[in-house]
Amino acid sequence: MADYETSAHDVLVVGAGGAGLRAAIEAAASGARVGLVCKSLLGKAHTVMAEGGVAAALANVDERDNWRVHFADTMRGGQYMNNWRMAELHAREAPDRVRELEAWGAVFDRTPDGRILQRNFGGHKYPRLAHVGDRTGLEMIRTLQDHAIHLGIDIHMECTVVTLLKDGDRIAGAFAYDRDRGRFKVFASRAVVLATGGIGRAYDITSNSWEYTGDGQSLAYRAGAALQDMEFVQFHPTGMVWPPSVKGILVTEGVRGEGGILVNRDGRRFMFDDIPENYRSQTADNEEEGWQYVMGDKNARRPPELLTRDHVARCIMREVREGRGSPHGGVFLDISWIKSRIRNAPEHIRKKLPSMYHQFKQLADIDITAEPMEVGPTTHYMMGGIRVDGDTQMSTLPGLFAAGESAAGLHGANRLGGNSLSDLLVFGKRAGEHAAMFAADSPAVRVTADDVESAAAASLEPFERAMIEQSTEGPYQVQYALQEMMQELVGIVRREEEMRRALDGIATLRARAARVGVTGNREYNPGWHTALDLRNLLTVAEAITRSALERKESRGGHFRDDFPEKNPVYADFNIVVTRGTSGDMTVSRVQIPPMRRDLTEIVEENK
Amino acid sequence: MTAGGTTSVSREIVESGQRAAERSGESAGGESKRAAFRVWRGDSSGGAFEEYTTSVSEGMVVLDAIHQIQAESANDLAVRWNCKAGKCGSCSAEVNGMPRLMCMTRLNDLDLEKAVTVEPMRAFPPVRDLVTDVSWNFAVKKRIAKFKPRIPDAPDGTWRMAQSDVDRVQEFRKCIECFLCQDTCHVLRDHQKHDEFIGPRFLVHVAALEMHPLDIENRAAELRQAYGIGYCNITKCCTRVCPENITITDNAIIPLKERVVDEHYDPLRRLVRLFRRKS
Repeated sequence: MADYETSAHDVLVVGAGGAGLRAAIEAAASGARVGLVCKSLLGKAHTVMAEGGVAAALANVDERDNWRVHFADTMRGGQYMNNWRMAELHAREAPDRVRELEAWGAVFDRTPDGRILQRNFGGHKYPRLAHVGDRTGLEMIRTLQDHAIHLGIDIHMECTVVTLLKDGDRIAGAFAYDRDRGRFKVFASRAVVLATGGIGRAYDITSNSWEYTGDGQSLAYRAGAALQDMEFVQFHPTGMVWPPSVKGILVTEGVRGEGGILVNRDGRRFMFDDIPENYRSQTADNEEEGWQYVMGDKNARRPPELLTRDHVARCIMREVREGRGSPHGGVFLDISWIKSRIRNAPEHIRKKLPSMYHQFKQLADIDITAEPMEVGPTTHYMMGGIRVDGDTQMSTLPGLFAAGESAAGLHGANRLGGNSLSDLLVFGKRAGEHAAMFAADSPAVRVTADDVESAAAASLEPFERAMIEQSTEGPYQVQYALQEMMQELVGIVRREEEMRRALDGIATLRARAARVGVTGNREYNPGWHTALDLRNLLTVAEAITRSALERKESRGGHFRDDFPEKNPVYADFNIVVTRGTSGDMTVSRVQIPPMRRDLTEIVEENK
Repeated sequence: MTAGGTTSVSREIVESGQRAAERSGESAGGESKRAAFRVWRGDSSGGAFEEYTTSVSEGMVVLDAIHQIQAESANDLAVRWNCKAGKCGSCSAEVNGMPRLMCMTRLNDLDLEKAVTVEPMRAFPPVRDLVTDVSWNFAVKKRIAKFKPRIPDAPDGTWRMAQSDVDRVQEFRKCIECFLCQDTCHVLRDHQKHDEFIGPRFLVHVAALEMHPLDIENRAAELRQAYGIGYCNITKCCTRVCPENITITDNAIIPLKERVVDEHYDPLRRLVRLFRRKS
């Protein structure tokens, strides 16, 4: 018999970044008994790393902005793969969600007349991102955290969910271990909200921390829920490339929003060389106009550095591959040049981009107020994820909800910067609200001892293997091998033959993962935790690869060297992944429902 | 100026970028060598330093070395970390005796001729190896009265605040909750006054609330009693270890001390208090 603690909740929220916290707050406010499970300490989730800002059409800086323009920008950025209902709700509700944060104590930067200041960002027609210097995510997670701790939520820190529990065809809770002591915990719950974030650790170069191993996507998939759009991985164009130990760490798009430019080794501002057709009318065609836009000239069009992330990342890749990169294999990103245009530029840069200043000074010995940075693409965000209903955020499994990065739909084929922070507020709230309603209308759930026993036994296998077998594998070696393979074979530029090899590689690594053994005891044992994360990483790696094979075209974050153009045949459906009856992964095409007439008109108006 | 053309500005950028890359390369310490680390291994029942050697390459930080040791020779070495960019405040430890974020401490700033010691924060109970039990901090925050805004300024439910009025509060809100200030504070570390003193981190938190232009709660009485602000004797150790360079003592604690003095010892307020107590 396994030893475990049991607790019961109406709503269990897994993940305590912005989406999880916002869901927990909403569910608790409606009177539900809420449990909140976080893989790390409270307030350390990846939301804390978000830098540039939260997108909401507040129209504080440009009165022409409104939800319709934000909706159209989001759909265009996502290449119309988005769940249009989610894009509509997101654009309509984001302003209220941001104002609500101010009522909970958030302190955004201010306009001269004392309102919330907004900045420019890629793909957004008007200055739209509410921000606090370049530490907006910290401000948001702290505000949500400090609000949540007074609402009677049971918070389980450093606790990881290993498997979801079911009662027949509905959700019944989750099985987890606590990191501190390595003890098992069983949460019985009528509704579960997954808000576990991304999958960055499936790749070698990533802005994500150790936590982002595709837990939510994999838990949902194994429980029988559908995933969609898994081929759409966002490679952020600007990660640090030097020194090696910080490779992949994010350099905020806010640098470009504040006037930063991209230059190759020949001194050419290469972003002017390739402006996509659907953005041509809104993009500056000379440097002067781009600068005027940064300075707030409402008649000027935005500089090409502020094109969407998928496009900027590919342009940087092209420069590097064709031999025009910087000394350490990136390109130059420079903000210091604005000293030729404004007075007090160094103070201005330190004020608007304090953590970038700090990060480069300390980690690379570079003063960004005087010198350019070297940057290159880094795995950043998963547009795809758990398939959910746009209004309620419920997955295809009754009682299982998802919000934030772990859910799919809002961003389509490419996410605009700033839309993730608004995503987690809008849909975190909706998930919490609907999960609480679902729980209130549901009978009690039953967790079976058999399910718990088998989850416990599977979790302890790595220890047992190390005891009985001589030649087990170390967990880190399998993880590194997977990361390197995905980076090389299913990265920014993809080909059929390479992805086929990746599928073989995943099968081999799955066999190796089944031999992984760990030593030591159960208390705070990172080797054990890495071993348990492997299953999730392998599941999402396979889902990404199979979905990417199925989409034989290039669109948004998904670029195929063998099919480099967009193909209208692929414009009408999402690629959906489910677990087949035999346990094999099944890939299907699911029609995108036709857009409502009034929304189609908005898209046309804003073309 | 032409689109995408090479201008004098962009030529300057490339030249300056190449110089910077070269200098950054040199300062990162070019050749690969081996270095020794004395890492504290143990748990709440005790422990000892163990020595490991690992290879050191360009630009490495202490956290990289710990991860290498973990992957190569000590799979179960416990260390808490997340962002690896000085933004989440998870990897606090004591490096050569100094409270530091391991992810922001570069090896080329340390003397690698001697073994580098890495040990957990000493003001908190050990869990395992470099990980400590910091749950006390989360319990303390729950005791502090939460943000309470004034009635909105505008009919649409929003407020107006000038940037100059929020600058100070924004400094306090930069805190990443690494708890290094708590670790170094002698009131907690040496005198173990955890029941009577909330420590520099939470005095900064109270300052952020009290100086928030919208907040109308008054925490002065608690500051003096439950929060124990009187224990702080302004040695400024906390300010010196703050990785976010928050001027903890001068900007947060001293103004709070002044407020406590004003409110508590102001003769008029004393009279009012006396009167209220009697009625």
